[in-house]
Amino acid sequence: MALLSISSPHTKGPQRTSILMRWVIAMTIPGLIAQTIVFGWGNLHNVLWCSIIALACEAIILKIRQRPLAVYLNDYSALITGVLLGLALPPFAPWWVSFIATAFAIIFAKHLYGGMGSNPFNPAMVGYALVLVSFPVTMTTNWATPLSLVEQAPSIPETFAKIWNEIALPDALTGATPLDTYKHEIAHSLSDEVFQSPVFGRFYALGWEWVNLAFLAGGLVLFALKVIPWQTPVGVLLGLAIPAIILGWDADQSAPFMLHMLAGATMLSAFFIATDPVTSSTTARGRLVFGLGVGFFAYIIRRYGSYPDAFAFAVLLMNFAAPLIDVYTQPRTYGHTKAQRGQKAKERP
Amino acid sequence: MTPNDIIATCSVDIFDFHGGIHPEEHKTDSNQQPIRVLGLPPKLILPLKQHIGTASKLHVEVGQTVLKGQKIAEADGPFSVALHAPTSGEIIAIDDQLIAHPSGQTDHCISLIPDGEDTWCELHPCENYHQLSASAIQHKVSDAGIAGMGGAGFPTAIKIAPPNLSNIDTLILNAAECEPYITSDDRLLQERASDVVAGLEILMQVLGASRCLIGIEDNKPEAILSLEKVLDGKTIQLCVIPTKYPSGGEKQLIKILTNKEVPSGRIPADIGIVCQNVATVAAIYRAVRFGEPLISRITTLTGEQIPKRGNVEVLIGTPIDWMLEQVNYQPAKIERLIMGGPMMGFTLPHSSVTVVKTTNCILAPSPKELPLAPPAQACIRCGLCAEVCPAELLPQQLYWFSRAEEYEKAEHHNLFDCIECGACSYVCPSSIPLVQYYRHSKGEIKQQRENQLKSDQARERFKARQQRLDREQAEKAAKRLERIEAAAKAKADKLAQTDNKTNLDEGSASTTVIQENTDSVKSEHKLAKENVNIAELILSWEKAQIKPDVMFDSSDETDGGKS
Amino acid sequence: MLSIVLTAVVALLGLALVFGILLGFAAVRFKVEGNPIVDQIDSLLPQTQCGQCGHPGCRPYAEGIAAGEAINKCPPGGEVTIQALADLLDVEAPSLDAEHGEEKPKTVAVIREDECIGCTKCIQACPIDAILGSAKHMHTVIASECTGCDLCVEPCPVDCIDMVPVDKGLAAWHWEAPKPLNIIATDSASYHGADAV
Repeated sequence: MALLSISSPHTKGPQRTSILMRWVIAMTIPGLIAQTIVFGWGNLHNVLWCSIIALACEAIILKIRQRPLAVYLNDYSALITGVLLGLALPPFAPWWVSFIATAFAIIFAKHLYGGMGSNPFNPAMVGYALVLVSFPVTMTTNWATPLSLVEQAPSIPETFAKIWNEIALPDALTGATPLDTYKHEIAHSLSDEVFQSPVFGRFYALGWEWVNLAFLAGGLVLFALKVIPWQTPVGVLLGLAIPAIILGWDADQSAPFMLHMLAGATMLSAFFIATDPVTSSTTARGRLVFGLGVGFFAYIIRRYGSYPDAFAFAVLLMNFAAPLIDVYTQPRTYGHTKAQRGQKAKERP
Repeated sequence: MTPNDIIATCSVDIFDFHGGIHPEEHKTDSNQQPIRVLGLPPKLILPLKQHIGTASKLHVEVGQTVLKGQKIAEADGPFSVALHAPTSGEIIAIDDQLIAHPSGQTDHCISLIPDGEDTWCELHPCENYHQLSASAIQHKVSDAGIAGMGGAGFPTAIKIAPPNLSNIDTLILNAAECEPYITSDDRLLQERASDVVAGLEILMQVLGASRCLIGIEDNKPEAILSLEKVLDGKTIQLCVIPTKYPSGGEKQLIKILTNKEVPSGRIPADIGIVCQNVATVAAIYRAVRFGEPLISRITTLTGEQIPKRGNVEVLIGTPIDWMLEQVNYQPAKIERLIMGGPMMGFTLPHSSVTVVKTTNCILAPSPKELPLAPPAQACIRCGLCAEVCPAELLPQQLYWFSRAEEYEKAEHHNLFDCIECGACSYVCPSSIPLVQYYRHSKGEIKQQRENQLKSDQARERFKARQQRLDREQAEKAAKRLERIEAAAKAKADKLAQTDNKTNLDEGSASTTVIQENTDSVKSEHKLAKENVNIAELILSWEKAQIKPDVMFDSSDETDGGKS
Repeated sequence: MLSIVLTAVVALLGLALVFGILLGFAAVRFKVEGNPIVDQIDSLLPQTQCGQCGHPGCRPYAEGIAAGEAINKCPPGGEVTIQALADLLDVEAPSLDAEHGEEKPKTVAVIREDECIGCTKCIQACPIDAILGSAKHMHTVIASECTGCDLCVEPCPVDCIDMVPVDKGLAAWHWEAPKPLNIIATDSASYHGADAV
């Protein structure tokens, strides 16, 4: 009788990469709904458009690399990249900006490094950073004004026309984000005057606060399901909050704490972007360090840099450091008095 | 009293170990029926090495008839155990047979055909075993061929005689049985708890242990109750621990019960603890009290392919296919037979292999029950493996190092502290066969170490040979020089004598002859000197290649005079 | 003007002095005895002493490598040794030079003892003295010491030495590495298809 020879264990838990990925995608939906309610159809369009490009690029590259499509498309990793880019890009970003960002993310940031699991940098953030530095004007002028501030929300055809034909919408429909407004106004005004701007609304960042809270809610579900570790988001939020509290007491000098927390891509980054396991640290303590670093760099760039929001750069900077963090945050193994540090090879007896 | 009450009254603090998983238990599949005795198979095949260490030394011949319990192989050194005939019959062969090992390799085995009589040899029971000395008990255990029956097969006699015997204070009975499916210890405790407790008392006496803890998972209420009854009024403490795999790992159980950790690369005895398996302890009692050697064991037969699941008592050496026939086994199309549990057991190469002393379970799962792992995907460094690792390793890092064959880094990340429990592979969302990578790497590293040892040895031998050759060369050159000089002198003397005697008038001619002779002596002299130089300068090995006899053995010594 | 020049000269001289002392001290304090690179190379070579590299033994080859010789002349060590040497010397790992032989499984010499005439030729050829025997008496190989260099095969006048592959046996067995990832999946993948859950 022919018997199979397999190394143990012979049983397998229910967890699969594709399941984890699908949960991540599913839990972005509250945030996406909030974005759509607050800013109109732009983000929804971008999410769909970026997902299509991501899947198409993934399929083409897999074909070229002679990998079985069914197996690899099923891991949903390309889809996540597309969805995250769609959520992060300005709602009225022209189609070609989304296209360049997504294609670059999948082809260059992911597959040129060996594909799923081998990429050192977060693909979505590489794509985002590329278009941010290449088309700074496009990336800052295409943010939508919260619908509560406009008389008539742009319809789906109008949104399409804006994105595909770059037909100008009425000025009132696009505008600077709260973080951008603060950054530019505070240079020549006092904070009291700055916060007169309607974009800040009643709760620090009109509309953005609901988007951020929605992403926070989705993130907490992921945490409850153990899809993402708690260390990374907690690290990110602490890394941002600590300097924001210490240095932000004077609103004339630095954006107030709540603006940091509820404006921009804070929650999306903390729960969905920085938690990408491939490019972050793999040890428990390492993840905390990684998160703290992301939050801290985000604060530094938001305050001192020339970009109003900075999570893409902060995440990429910490991606560089992740392997080093791993080496220095190894846990203490059972039966050892202290944890191993560093790479130095052990002397053999 | 219910198990919950017992948990409540447990007087020992319970601690937790890092990680761990909760796979489906499947314990009730097999622990509901009493232990059945399977009887005599038509043939028994007994491997000479069923334990860790040196193989047992053969004690019988082909054609010999043996009695049940008769020693058929004895311990070869301390790191070995004896082997006994499980029933009376005739030894029909001593040869290489397929054994229960994942490699599918053969090993020396004794084949025995039972005569059906099942006649015992003379046993030496001992009623007042409490008065036996520690060494007498150790001797009895060693003589009974007992090796750890939980799966590892470590010779028990060594384990109960640790070098620092006086420092042992705690004896732990490992009744956790954390592997899914396996219930042999559970059933044994339900039915024969008194044997186990008596065995524990013997061990406490041997080890001089002041306390004894029984670690048992809370998913075995009947066993807990049965132990509780026997333990009434005894000092042995019953510790009911939460069910979590791998709490039955020796190191993990020690952590749970004592909060101490066995230092890396050391044994529990180094921190004053000895851990024993349930079946082993029962076997020790049988051996000391009744003089019975280890010739049978309780094995769980389970898995969906087996209709009559349960525990059976079988003779060591029983072929597994015969055993499976007795329980109406239904082979599936793609078949796996696992010896041990689903987490740490190994697949058998063929169903004709036999039960050994460490066989605690035969698992015949249906493909639906334990589906084969899906194809491995790329590691996404999710870190789930690190969360469940009971040794607190970084399995994903070890995986990358193992895959890249960066063994030094893997060792640096404490690869050898991995207990191969399989928790990491179990949770891996990418279905990577992590444990297999670690096993491979460990094997490679061990092999490299061995090769290094061997090449160091070869280097030493090469050096020693070089020195010997140099020395011989120099000695011989010196000797030859001596001889040549002596010969030349003798020749010259002789010549001078004869010349003086006979050729006094032919003075000029004789001078020429002498001159010639001295010339030749000189040139020979020079040659010899050159030889010495060569010996010093050129590696003599090279010469040995070209013309070995130049500097070799005594035979050339004798004809050396010719030159 | 002069003072500036003077200052510059004095400063440079001072620096030269300081660094000279530092370097001199370092040369004495951190002196490296001998040429450890040869030892390091030698420790990586398999020590079969077979001479296939053209050197009379492993150490001379190690010295040769230290002097710049190619690192791919050692068939018994094979690719593993070449890789290790390449790592040590931080050079590209070339493939094995076929001129010096090919990588073969590990063997051990076995003398067919009833055919042996006791000529001692193999004893003289063995680079590590791993053959026992004396003139006119049967010889035998100490299997645990034999490196499988096969230098004893050639000199045997009656061809009674066989090179037998080493039987690794059960003790040396270990699991092979799992098949690499990213294999081109075939239909069999869908059989297990649990990943599509």
